[in-house]
Amino acid sequence: MSDQQTITIDGREVPFTEGQTIMDAALAAEVYVPHLCHNPEFVPHGSCRLCVVKVNGRFQSACTAPAAAGQVIDNSSDEIMDMRRTLLQMLFVEGNHVCPACEKSGRCQLQALAYYTGMLSPHFTHFFPLRRIDASHPDVVLDFNRCILCELCVRASRDVDKKNVFGITGRGINAKLIVNAASGKLGDTGFSVEDKAFHVCPVGAILPKHKGFEVPIGERLYDQQPISVVGDVAAHDEENAHA
Amino acid sequence: MPEKIKVATASLAGCFGCHMSLLDIDERILDLVQVVDFDRTPITDIKKVGPCDVGIIEGGVANAENVEVLREFRHHCKILVAMGACATNGGIPAMRNQFTLEECLRESYVEGMGIENPMVPNDAEIPLLLNKVRPLHEVVKVDYFLPGCPPSADAIWTFLTELIQGKPIAFPYTQIHYD
Amino acid sequence: MTSAKTELEGFVAEVVDRYGRDRRNLLQVLRTVQDQQGCVCDDAVQTVGQAIGVPAMNVRSVVEFYSFLHGTPRGQYDVLFSDNIVDRMLGKEGLMARLCERLGVEPGVPRADGRVTVDNTSCTGMPDQGPAILVNGLALTHLTPSRVDTIADLIERGVPLQKWPGIYCEVEDNVRRRDLLLGTPFIDGSGIRAVLAQGPDAVLDEMMTSGLRGLGGAGFKTAQKWALSRAAAGHEHFVVCNADEGEPGTFKDRVLLQGHANLLFEGMTVCARVIGARRGFLYLRGEYRYMLELLEHTLAQRRRAGLLGKGILGTEGFDFDIEIHLGAGAYICGEESALLESLAGKRGVPRKRPPFPVTHGHDNEPTVVNNVETFSAAAKIAANGGAWWAAKGTATSPGTKLLSVSGDCARPGVYEYPFGITIQEILDDCGASDTAAVQVAGPAGQLVPKRDFGRKIAYEDVATGGSFMIFNHTRDLLAVVRNFAAFFAHESCGFCTPCRVGTSLMRDLVEKVATGNGTQYDLEEMKHLGKIMKQASHCGLGLTAPNPVLGSLDKFPEIWTEKLKSKDFEPAFDLDGALSEARALTGRDDVHAHIA
Ligand SMILES: Cc1cc2nc3c(=O)[nH]c(=O)nc-3n(C[C@H](O)[C@H](O)[C@H](O)COP(=O)(O)O)c2cc1C
Ligand code: SF4
Ligand code: SF4
Ligand code: SF4
Repeated sequence: MSDQQTITIDGREVPFTEGQTIMDAALAAEVYVPHLCHNPEFVPHGSCRLCVVKVNGRFQSACTAPAAAGQVIDNSSDEIMDMRRTLLQMLFVEGNHVCPACEKSGRCQLQALAYYTGMLSPHFTHFFPLRRIDASHPDVVLDFNRCILCELCVRASRDVDKKNVFGITGRGINAKLIVNAASGKLGDTGFSVEDKAFHVCPVGAILPKHKGFEVPIGERLYDQQPISVVGDVAAHDEENAHA
Repeated sequence: MPEKIKVATASLAGCFGCHMSLLDIDERILDLVQVVDFDRTPITDIKKVGPCDVGIIEGGVANAENVEVLREFRHHCKILVAMGACATNGGIPAMRNQFTLEECLRESYVEGMGIENPMVPNDAEIPLLLNKVRPLHEVVKVDYFLPGCPPSADAIWTFLTELIQGKPIAFPYTQIHYD
Repeated sequence: MTSAKTELEGFVAEVVDRYGRDRRNLLQVLRTVQDQQGCVCDDAVQTVGQAIGVPAMNVRSVVEFYSFLHGTPRGQYDVLFSDNIVDRMLGKEGLMARLCERLGVEPGVPRADGRVTVDNTSCTGMPDQGPAILVNGLALTHLTPSRVDTIADLIERGVPLQKWPGIYCEVEDNVRRRDLLLGTPFIDGSGIRAVLAQGPDAVLDEMMTSGLRGLGGAGFKTAQKWALSRAAAGHEHFVVCNADEGEPGTFKDRVLLQGHANLLFEGMTVCARVIGARRGFLYLRGEYRYMLELLEHTLAQRRRAGLLGKGILGTEGFDFDIEIHLGAGAYICGEESALLESLAGKRGVPRKRPPFPVTHGHDNEPTVVNNVETFSAAAKIAANGGAWWAAKGTATSPGTKLLSVSGDCARPGVYEYPFGITIQEILDDCGASDTAAVQVAGPAGQLVPKRDFGRKIAYEDVATGGSFMIFNHTRDLLAVVRNFAAFFAHESCGFCTPCRVGTSLMRDLVEKVATGNGTQYDLEEMKHLGKIMKQASHCGLGLTAPNPVLGSLDKFPEIWTEKLKSKDFEPAFDLDGALSEARALTGRDDVHAHIA
């Protein structure tokens, strides 16, 4: 078939093939659609809602909506950007994000998206939830304060590592990350820094021990260029790992 | 020459880092004082804030005195600006929100190292702590936010110049950061 | 190994065996464990996980998803008050306080001797005979102060629930108006005979002619759903009946289940024949646990009568049977894809769509999910023909609808009307006077003001799954909104950002304004937040959760504005209250120890 099917994202024609989602097509065409819980290596999840776009006037998450010929998609109007900024503000007040004290700062996707959408404050009333840090693992710190429930670690551990280390429990605003150990401690699971799940967290919730603030401010992943140009942190972690 | 803009600043539960950054605008401060008069600031030694065009506050709200100063600023300033991470989301001081106030006070006054006379003070001169450290916008209406820990001198400069010129504030990408 | 632990293992092994060692029955297993043990403790979590082949973490996450499952012991008597606004209007709060006082307990906290817990739960589906409670999962109605006192006494004396006065547990039907569904005769088996005689295609045609639309609320064309599922390729097809009836103020499915279960099962069987299913499930909300034996009994009768099981009505190869699965206190499990997750023994988190259940439902196989009322109507349509149904109602909303009427009226109960009935006519029939507003379709629906009482109940006008709650002029409509906002925050599954965080933010803003601490700024905040939730939420819960707030801001702005402070801004929290801990710790109470 010579005439390629296309969708239109912000006025730009983007080709797609049958079975692709809007996100797939956008990624392939290097059109940036903001996202946190999506990582092309895993089955789409659709929970963070950052990738919601307006498809022929209807709001849909790009990572789960199939691309269909002729769709006209708004991915960057003020309305969409305001929605995304507001979702980010929700995530910020839901947890405890003290960026100055976080080693992920500068290469955190939540933070980078907040920069990208011009978020100057978390705006809402903070929940200041009480969450303890889990430092039981010899190589890894699990800081629940920063978890945004994207379930990337859950998917990676279940689908790639086949270890089922992470899960989500609770309901509503009490939903939270847990690990599969009777003690509830990461140190009592089979988790390892070799695991895929160690490399997928878009924020500073799963971090290596004994390392910190190695890259000077100004030179970190998202310091100079927005995430729309730089891309996901996970992709760069891979590069680092192979370097 | 148009009338100068009156600016007041204060540091609540902060570390003065934001104020240092404000001074870091270096020689540009000479341009600034052409158009700006400083009212109460930690550098002018005026104790009570008077009617101002712009109030800039560093630090979050940790105690009763912070609330009082913040409200005074809100009352007297046409425009109120939250400067820095602590003012914006509580910042480092808000990390104490992970503990109960009782745990905090016991650690500081009773069980901490090198304490001579262990007891929680009840001196009326010492401002009472709030149960939790709060960002400014949870206590008063805030008109502008200047994120960063501290915001860079460039960001502060962008902000002040655009504000003074009555332009919408538009930070270049590299001037928005939270750390 | 301690003997308690061995005993637990033995018991768990037996329960897991009873449920076929099938992980899809995890929720049913956990319910059974909790019934016997009082909770699903950490040991039980580990043991069940091992026995059924699910990581213990996932067992725990299921326990912590459902309101009726607990990781730590509740009281020997677990009393839950239905916290629907109508139960409140009937005096729920006073009665709950009275019971707590009699028993010396705090809401939600088990009594030190382990005897009792008193807590809230979302609407139990009895607002026509409230205030209602659940005691150890069983429904009690018509609570009065004297009944509360007796109950306190029964609990103190440790009288087993089976020995409590039977009248406490009576659940009335209160059917007030009958039409096609409830008012015309039906011979058990006649729907099945019709499909056997005419063939599935003809029955599908009749369904098409009837124009029947999903009576659970969304109004999807039933014939189309069946046809899509029938056409979908799969190893097996399934029929699932949605009896979760969680929308506060709805109880018409309860009446159908309790008094007309044969009709429902017949409808499911007809559907099975049409789509080629051999297995069906009734997903029954946990609140209706009291009906389980009755329903099992009806199923057994139908098997004996050849209406269910192998070779139905002597037809070679027509095998179909129905299993009942109990929910465990989660409104979201009424959403069909969350229901399917729950049916598979998981957390009730709505799936991504597409794919839809018609192609990828239970076990990822083609599945029809319909409401109780829809299947019941389908049975009659099969027997009586499509034209019979289409003769009533409106062009776009054919047939009749059961409404669950409650609140300020003389005769609450179930009313069956042809679609197109006006709100005013319903109010007249049920003896409602001095009505200020009606909440149609539950918290997810809309609050209709008096000036709109001429509007019609129909998909094209005021659509509803059946909830119809009436408020007269003495009622505080803001209390209604508060109740609903808290409901959504409690019931959000927590999967997606806008609903997980947004429903809690919204609840807090509503509280702020309702308690007299809000300003115009907060109203603007609520509008913006509501807009974002409606844009970005993953499923119907989050998409409709802002309705009570947005709708009342639009239609009843005065209930909000009269609460506002004239200032332009108020703090997000009580400033003076925020010094309370410090005052207590320092013992200070001087002027500087307060914020005016
Ligand atoms: C949050 C939520 C709760 C729902 N609860 C119910 C319910 O309790 N009962 C029901 O029949 N449908 C409920 N639905 C609608 C179902 O998703 C689905 O549309 C319905 O079961 C289809 O059956 P019908 O076509 O026969 O109405 C709910 C939907 C949502 C979004
Ligand atoms: S995880 Fe990201 S947003 Fe959160 S504190 Fe760390 S850097 Fe900041
Ligand atoms: S720990 Fe990281 S990867 Fe895992 S759910 Fe939380 S934010 Fe996502
Ligand atoms: S909208 Fe609410 S209930 Fe629905 S998936 Fe999102 S969090 Fe869950």
